[in-house]
Amino acid sequence: MPLGLLKYGFSKRHPAPRALPPRPDLKDSYDVVIVGGGGHGLAAAYYLSKYHGITNIAVIDKGYLAGGNTARNTAIIRSNYLTPEGVRFYDESVRLYQGLSNEFDFNILYSERGHLTLAHTDASLRTMRWRAEVNQHCGVDSELIFPDEIAKLAPSLNLSRDVRHPILGALHHKPGAIARHDAVAWGYAIGAASRGVELHTRTEVTGFGIEGGAVTSVVTDRGTVRCGAVLQAVAGSSSRVAALAGFKLPIRTVPLQACVSQPLKPFLDPIVVSGSLHCYISQSSRGELVMGGSVDPYSLYQQRSTLDFKEGLMANMLELFPFLSGVKLLRQWAGIADMTPDFSPVMGETPIRNYWLDSGWGTWGFKATPVCGKRMAETIAIGKAPDILDPFRLDRFERFDLVGEGGAASVGH
Amino acid sequence: MLQIACPHCGPRDENEFSCGGEAHIARPKQPDAISDAEWADYLFMRTNPKGALAERWCHTVGCRRWFNVERDTVTHTILRVYAMGAPRGGGGGA
Repeated sequence: MPLGLLKYGFSKRHPAPRALPPRPDLKDSYDVVIVGGGGHGLAAAYYLSKYHGITNIAVIDKGYLAGGNTARNTAIIRSNYLTPEGVRFYDESVRLYQGLSNEFDFNILYSERGHLTLAHTDASLRTMRWRAEVNQHCGVDSELIFPDEIAKLAPSLNLSRDVRHPILGALHHKPGAIARHDAVAWGYAIGAASRGVELHTRTEVTGFGIEGGAVTSVVTDRGTVRCGAVLQAVAGSSSRVAALAGFKLPIRTVPLQACVSQPLKPFLDPIVVSGSLHCYISQSSRGELVMGGSVDPYSLYQQRSTLDFKEGLMANMLELFPFLSGVKLLRQWAGIADMTPDFSPVMGETPIRNYWLDSGWGTWGFKATPVCGKRMAETIAIGKAPDILDPFRLDRFERFDLVGEGGAASVGH
Repeated sequence: MLQIACPHCGPRDENEFSCGGEAHIARPKQPDAISDAEWADYLFMRTNPKGALAERWCHTVGCRRWFNVERDTVTHTILRVYAMGAPRGGGGGA
């Protein structure tokens, strides 16, 4: 149980000392330079400093801390994927998330809600049954349920047969959860900084020094630093940063839009997703409805929101929850997502020695934050990717050994 | 929403079209003579530029014909529309 707030209440030190130190000058040399100060980069810095004794680390970000997709996702955490490789990987992340408030002594508002993936056709019922079997085989709690049970979990959901796409069943994944996404990044940042990791925000990486096939330095707009290893964790900018290092990725950058309604009294416990209707919805701890649909159908490096996205999303959302027609939208935005050909991430070794990659996070990056941080830290510390990351290596594409993740959200399969 | 000037039907709304991805990716002439890495490069690897990008688009609910569009992936403006088979040219790099 995180007691941070209670301790603060009884403390004599008010106001609390600043949690994150001001930005220092860049040193000449670091053991590890992490490019990207989002959830993934901060988590890697945290696990390196706490569990591997490596503290001479600089986290470098062009913008502010956790201001990219860490701030722009819809905060859903689940492991009900389709491939055994994916299920095993995301399940480790869910388990780490469950203990994260304790790990930080800082409340990330982890809220286990259950996750319903609706099936509107016989074909999607078959897929849900397949996912349930794979999940159970991997020790993950998922099962196929039918409208009578769905009605108990989500009484406000329209289960009428008299609609265009009646709900025939759902994959019920009990560990499905949401969390306060910013708090996850803050927890990792505070933990890393308290162990000596330097956070260099507003610092742009403009190149890499590579000698004899290994990375030896990072060039930034505030000077050049030598480094023992680099971790690239830059979400939607993966192709551009990889190009600076001189290699290509199988990635397209596409916007994923989302929006939030005005706050309502709590009425929706589970997270509800419909792949066929391209929409998903959950109610945050503030009572706002967090909603999203599919990725935009073309590449774009723009975080804008469009009217046709909202029209398309709401047309389907109102079939699931007709009474939402009177509810107003409060905020709208987009994140730029790395889309890979097989809807799985790309992690581990690159053509450059000591240059490690954490990319290809499409629409599934937030839920993988803890497992990525932990396992990328392990990769950097021992110089080799552990087995759990092996299926996601970059050279799977030239070995034609793809991990076709049919359980990924917001993408057409 | 974009307005796209279909070379056959004139300007129409974006939702009449489908984007077919990056253009001018040449299929290797002798697939069995190249390495797996080269074939994977053709199939999967993309430059994914932040800036001018040449793409194939199809007027799916109109004339159903394919053509090329050069679009800026930062400003989301269309720089040029040109016929299938025509070289990219017209500036903007490869």
